[in-house]
Amino acid sequence: MIGIGHYLGVSAILFTLGVLGIALNRRNIIVILMSIELMLLAVNINFVAFSVFLEDMVGQIFAMFVLTVAAAEAAIGLAILVTYFRNRGTIAVDDARQMRG
Amino acid sequence: MIQAAIFYLLAGATVLAGIMVISARNPVHSVLWLIFAFVNAAGLFLVIGAEFLAMLLVIVYVGAVAVLFLFVVMMLDIDFATLRAGAMRYLPLGLLLGAALSVELLLVASAWEAGAIAPSAPPRSGLSNTQALGTLLYTDYVFVFQAAGLILLTAMVGAIVLTHRERAGVKRQDPFRQASRTPAETIALARPAVGAGVETEGGVR
Repeated sequence: MIGIGHYLGVSAILFTLGVLGIALNRRNIIVILMSIELMLLAVNINFVAFSVFLEDMVGQIFAMFVLTVAAAEAAIGLAILVTYFRNRGTIAVDDARQMRG
Repeated sequence: MIQAAIFYLLAGATVLAGIMVISARNPVHSVLWLIFAFVNAAGLFLVIGAEFLAMLLVIVYVGAVAVLFLFVVMMLDIDFATLRAGAMRYLPLGLLLGAALSVELLLVASAWEAGAIAPSAPPRSGLSNTQALGTLLYTDYVFVFQAAGLILLTAMVGAIVLTHRERAGVKRQDPFRQASRTPAETIALARPAVGAGVETEGGVR
């Protein structure tokens, strides 16, 4: 029988993969954004698993809000990316120091 | 038994897709693997009975976010080979981070024990998943729901403002000028003699 532990395991693996993706693809901001989406998906799996196994609907409500924020974040991030590419001609972010204080 | 088999199939596919997202050489392939990961996660949600969120995941992520990613990846003319050049340099750091995170999660998992948690909103019997979500969302969480709408509005305005470009020499409608025209300044009546032309001062307005 599938329990909450199985879901938490999948979620933990996905979250770790997201962190690993950010560390590995430090120059490519598109893959960084996709890794963030993976991490948010892992959070959502956690929310839904706890919601179902504790029989509390609020977890699914908040998974919906996480989904909303993730969509907004992707839209804004990609818009910034397009503007950055237009100005610089590259998307390598490790030398983005124009706004150093 | 069948539930377990389906779970392991979907979970394995999700993890495989996650690995391919961060390791694919071509970002277009990364986006396609991301879509695969989201579809499988939707399947995982279906297995434990969160149907509405499963459908929402497919619609929002596969239908909107992934297409947005695909659009940006294909629109920008980026040399991805040079971007990947130093990736292996960060491998030790990445593995260290991943290992640290895994150890922490394992520690939490081994120490975790389900305490007595009283559900604040137990699902009412006789309601489908979507109905239960809706009755809760539009009563107790209506203000949070409105705030989510505002977040989406802000994101939409921000994305448009960031990417919109003013181009010179674009012919554009000016509704105010159109509406404020009067017949007196636009129509000139003339009764020319036969064979004579009409002098149009300054052309046709």
